[in-house]
Amino acid sequence: MLHIYCPHCCEYREEEEFHAKGQAHIVRPLDPDACTDQEWGEFMYFRKNPRGIHHELWVHAAGCRKFFNVTRNTQTYEIKEVYKVGEKPTIVAE
Amino acid sequence: MQHYSGFGLLKHSLSHHENWQRIWRNPTPKKKYDVIIVGGGGHGLATAYYLAKQFGVTNVAVIEKGYLGGGNTARNTTIVRSNYLWDEAAHLYEHSMKLWEGLSQDLNYNVMFSQRGCLNLGHTLQDMRDIERRVNANRLNGIDGEVLDAQQVKEIVPILDCSSDRRYPVMGASWQPRAGVARHDAVAWGFARGADAHGVDLIQQTEVVDFIIEDGTVIGVKTDRYGEIRADRVGCVVAGNSSVLAAKAGFELPLESHPLQALVSEPIKPILDTVVMSNHVHGYASQSDKGDLVIGAGIDGYTGYGQRGSYGTIEHTLQAIVEMFPIFSRVRMNRQWGGIVDTCPDACPIVSETPVKNLFFNCGWGTGGFKATPGSGNVFAASLAKGEMHELAKPFSMFRYHNGALVDEHGAAGVAH
Repeated sequence: MLHIYCPHCCEYREEEEFHAKGQAHIVRPLDPDACTDQEWGEFMYFRKNPRGIHHELWVHAAGCRKFFNVTRNTQTYEIKEVYKVGEKPTIVAE
Repeated sequence: MQHYSGFGLLKHSLSHHENWQRIWRNPTPKKKYDVIIVGGGGHGLATAYYLAKQFGVTNVAVIEKGYLGGGNTARNTTIVRSNYLWDEAAHLYEHSMKLWEGLSQDLNYNVMFSQRGCLNLGHTLQDMRDIERRVNANRLNGIDGEVLDAQQVKEIVPILDCSSDRRYPVMGASWQPRAGVARHDAVAWGFARGADAHGVDLIQQTEVVDFIIEDGTVIGVKTDRYGEIRADRVGCVVAGNSSVLAAKAGFELPLESHPLQALVSEPIKPILDTVVMSNHVHGYASQSDKGDLVIGAGIDGYTGYGQRGSYGTIEHTLQAIVEMFPIFSRVRMNRQWGGIVDTCPDACPIVSETPVKNLFFNCGWGTGGFKATPGSGNVFAASLAKGEMHELAKPFSMFRYHNGALVDEHGAAGVAH
């Protein structure tokens, strides 16, 4: 069971209160009409899936219902860092 | 290869079963192969078997970082069915089902394929409408299926709670009589033995650490134990690790890897002689020939490569089982484990060419790979032999995420992903 720190509630809670929403920092193309099919497909579907450090978007679904980012090791499940949307992670994969 | 038969059993009994042939060799790899298959699980071994037997390509190596059939092949709930909604998926899984039906004879190895039938329960009016649609689609594709009402379901599985005062009452089910289960380890071992007999080198305890790529064409792999091994074509069948290998080849796949758990109970007397699945309460169960209940459910919500899964998922799984089978509420669970499933955005596999020439990937089977083992191996072998994709594999190209021709099978098969 993960214990996740919600940066909005400023508390540690059990993972059951949260939902993982996939990869963080996905930027929507600024001019979607100018995208090629490949660019649009990659924005929609292609995701980082590392064995190791991963930046993820989570939501405190059964709590404050706010979104935030988590840097987590997908192999050991260790949460390295929690930070708000818009902030930059201090820990990134080599 | 020594042929297995009743007479052979009798003959070997005279020497106290001490002179059985080893069922596969343990060769040192050659410098060059026609085809290298990365990953010695069920799909990889099936690919090697059909390459050698059906397509005459015998200069083949299977390179496995652990031991044969030690990944997801050993970590699933062994259910085999082909009741998929979309034509593309239905054709692929039905191709596999037809191979299952003759597999033990073909391999001369008992894979314990048991066509005990599979029920997909409906608990709401919408479930029942979806079931009717799917069964009709199956029948139009020549796949057996029936829509059953609650009374008929009760007759097939008397221990199922079909009373109407449940929170999620059983309103009916789809029923595929030809579906069933197979012995997962025997499937890997049977394919390995068959491939070995046709001259395929099975290289265990050897990890592929990189690809050798020249001018956008793959010409071999680098291994941790034997250095470089060359090949004309390379097929990767590495389930949960596909993204990691694709990154080494320089491209991304639309995959996310999640742990998927299964549990087995203590062995009990025969009580459940079919497979029961429910999309709505989300659990599925069958009873193995040994007597243990084999139980599975959904994937963990977050990505991960840990082969164990989260506690919360166990609780949800057993809630679903007890909802369907109150009689199991005191059965103890013996073991729990996880496999790493590589899930696609449209819940359908990728059997595909890649941006690297002569490099092929077979991945993204998500939660439903076991049932496809022979079919997946067969179409992938055909593709590797010819260098172009088999007709049944064409809709499952990784480039469908660019052109939008998705095969969106979420829930259409009667179980959520």
